[in-house]
Amino acid sequence: MNAKGKVLKYGSNVDTDVIIPARYLNTSDPKELAAHCMEDLDPDFRNKVEDGDIIVAEQNFGSGSSREHAPIAIKESGISCVIASSFARIFYRNSINIGLPIIESPEVVAETDDGDVLEVDFTKGEITNVTKGKTYTIQPFPEFIQELISAGGLIKYNKAKM
Amino acid sequence: MGMTMTQKILANKAGLDKVVPDQLILADLDMALGNDITAPVAIGEFRKLGLDKVFDEKKVSLVMDHFTPNKDIKAAEQCRYVREFANEMDIENFYDVGEMGVEHALLPEKGLVVAGDLIIGADSHTCTYGALGAFSTGVGSTDLAAGMATGKAWFKVPSAVQFVLTGEMQEHVSGKDVILHIIGMVGVDGMLYKSMEFAGPGVKNLSMSDRLCISNMAIEAGAKNGIFPVDEKTLEYIAVHSDRKPVIFEADEDAEYEKVYEINLSEIKPTVAFPHLPENTRTIDEVGDIKIDQVVVGSCTNGRLEDMIMAAEILKGRKVAKGVRTIIIPATQKIYMDSMKMGLLEIFINAGAIVSTPTCGPCLGGHMGILAKGERAVATTNRNFVGRMGHPESEVYLASPSVAAASAVLGRIASPAELNGREG
Repeated sequence: MNAKGKVLKYGSNVDTDVIIPARYLNTSDPKELAAHCMEDLDPDFRNKVEDGDIIVAEQNFGSGSSREHAPIAIKESGISCVIASSFARIFYRNSINIGLPIIESPEVVAETDDGDVLEVDFTKGEITNVTKGKTYTIQPFPEFIQELISAGGLIKYNKAKM
Repeated sequence: MGMTMTQKILANKAGLDKVVPDQLILADLDMALGNDITAPVAIGEFRKLGLDKVFDEKKVSLVMDHFTPNKDIKAAEQCRYVREFANEMDIENFYDVGEMGVEHALLPEKGLVVAGDLIIGADSHTCTYGALGAFSTGVGSTDLAAGMATGKAWFKVPSAVQFVLTGEMQEHVSGKDVILHIIGMVGVDGMLYKSMEFAGPGVKNLSMSDRLCISNMAIEAGAKNGIFPVDEKTLEYIAVHSDRKPVIFEADEDAEYEKVYEINLSEIKPTVAFPHLPENTRTIDEVGDIKIDQVVVGSCTNGRLEDMIMAAEILKGRKVAKGVRTIIIPATQKIYMDSMKMGLLEIFINAGAIVSTPTCGPCLGGHMGILAKGERAVATTNRNFVGRMGHPESEVYLASPSVAAASAVLGRIASPAELNGREG
């Protein structure tokens, strides 16, 4: 399992209200949600984001509301991975459950700039900053989490096992 | 080493004698909760499993409270989707307009959650029921779907931080000020993944309404749950509201806490959280002159009868300042009815406020009081993030019902004490 893309970098406490404002929660259609992803924090996100891009953020990413619409909007936007110094716990759980890979690494966050290109190898447990030529070791995802993400989320993973 | 109260409930529900922090467990659910925003996603996932019933039709609650009464066609479609599912699955606790209230005020009132329970809800403020001595925590829609299907959820056992409460709150201070004070102290991620366990002689001086408000905002410090010990007040509340039997768990004397804070309730002042984080707290005397456009009293945090009474005590015989739109939202039908019988609604309307049917509405910028660019609101709600109540350039200041009502009267963020000795 791999991810590669340019970095879109944000600060601390990026809450789920700015990831997807509640005024758009009258739908759960991933495409409609993605059209407003990060709108209140970075109105330009929609134009900047390309398939495979990686969000890098500081502490407590995904805080606030439990809305699963937030990781859904991020995933549907084409983001391949979110790396943060720390995550709010409901967001962490929701992301894994819908098959959006997310990684906690304060070290990578500290040394990564907006626009850098990162490559993540989830199986080996490595993050490479291609722009800066530096590789970091991370805890690899356990096998079941890798399978779950590959299956497209918890429900599809369970369904496949049923 | 002993277990905390949270750990004991989790061990019990996982069928284990003992659990330790970071252990992964699979536990039985007493209730799985969803609302009109999170349930549609959960139902979509549940459908993928191809099941024709939920694990227990008595242990699923679906509450249509966020964008109801339906604010637009899309919201109406979402509610219809949930309604059809509830009918098909014979969900006993489906609450639609007419019966519904703001979910975390409604479930305790209906006696659906009691001490010793394990509850998950696809709503982050599900942590509210810790006030009743239950373990409850917010999850996402997929976890709710899995919970509705299997009656189980997996958890990582949390470590805990203890808050030892002493003393008694001063006049015009309530649970909201206590929890804002704590969040200001520990920060919005200070309790990430942890249990906040409340203890100490000060607990008995807090009403159930205060405790529900405090547990409700545990998530605003990043906590997994916020739990109170069960005492006479808890048992009396449960006896009045539920026919279920509470199960009492107590933390072991040698339970391990990562940290212990001592909080003297008598030292807490009315507290306001400034935009755009609940940790940006200031005591009322540090606020300065901040003009406001709107006041909201309501939500799962402060929409209970005691909150209505607090607001009415300030608004009685007074008028809200011209230009301050004051919106009061009793959180459930029962609270609405009780407020009516007590004459509170008349006080509100005479003061120039409006009274809305129960809804989460403005708290999350859904409807029923959205802010324009540059506008400021004082709200008894729980979040003041960017754009939370409307335009991304609007501002929300979080406060208690007493401060919110006093601010409505004076047209700026104000202490209730400023009204002492004035006509009213």
